[in-house]
Amino acid sequence: MAFWKKFIAGGLVALLTGVLSISAVYADDDDEDDGWSWFGSKSEKHDDHDDDHDEYEIKKARRAMANPVWKQECSECHLAFPARYLPAESWREMMSDLDNHFGSNAGLDAETAKEITAYLEQNARKRRSYRDSSGKYPLRITETRWFRHEHDEVASEVRRNPKVKSLANCAVCHKQAELGDYRELTVKIPR
Amino acid sequence: MRKNIILSGVLFIISIGLTISSVYAETPESYLATLKIEASAELGYREFSAQRGAEFYKDKHGSDWSCASCHTDDPTAVGKHAKSDKLIKPLAPSANPKRFTKLKKIKKWFKRNCNDVLDRECTAQEKGDFLAYLMTIK
Repeated sequence: MAFWKKFIAGGLVALLTGVLSISAVYADDDDEDDGWSWFGSKSEKHDDHDDDHDEYEIKKARRAMANPVWKQECSECHLAFPARYLPAESWREMMSDLDNHFGSNAGLDAETAKEITAYLEQNARKRRSYRDSSGKYPLRITETRWFRHEHDEVASEVRRNPKVKSLANCAVCHKQAELGDYRELTVKIPR
Repeated sequence: MRKNIILSGVLFIISIGLTISSVYAETPESYLATLKIEASAELGYREFSAQRGAEFYKDKHGSDWSCASCHTDDPTAVGKHAKSDKLIKPLAPSANPKRFTKLKKIKKWFKRNCNDVLDRECTAQEKGDFLAYLMTIK
């Protein structure tokens, strides 16, 4: 009988430890979510200058690139463009008309489209700089004020470069683009 | 006890096998047979022809793109998306054994690419000719 009492007590202790460590993990996540406002919507002071410099942001970005359905489906014809580079309104509109996706049919079954839309909305940007110059929600990342600002020094040169062809070919210069890392130190423009 | 472990191990392996076979249910041959059943119900059905498939593959069907625009003139070669430049693995099953083995993927891409090239979905006859052609390429 004493054995069983010890057994139950031991079990309780183990359970408690488990619960505590889980809540610790989640607490950690909460902290990071606040920090995510660097990328997200809460902090305004980094507006237009949130070029991904921080190691921590990269970790967060990599985690946000982890949705396997999004990664699979959105990288079949082009690089899977990060959700964080357009507002939710843009993604919603794009996902509602995949049969006519910039001149190509990119139709998906309803279930897959729904999952990807939810993922994109959750990871989208809210800031005004992610709209176009007239304040509308663009369908192209290259039309956001943020993108134009970041690329103003290279845009015309890069467009003329036959190895780049289009500003949408991120990975030609951003060597770590497939990992979600667009920091300037990873950029190499082909000559 | 040991018997139980062995039994559950065997069940586990069987269930993995079933999962794999349900995902990779098709072979190019079995999909061609499915197409034949569908096509024979269509008006004006003819035996699938690799030659017609080859013509279909290279034809632009009155618009900008043919199949070859992205998959190149040689279906055993690595292709390149006409707009994004993204590389496309070879289309012919002889060069890429994964082709035409997943029904969901086959349907998704026929629907997309037929709409891009022909502005409509393909008939079973057209898909059959097309696959017959791809299967003759070694």
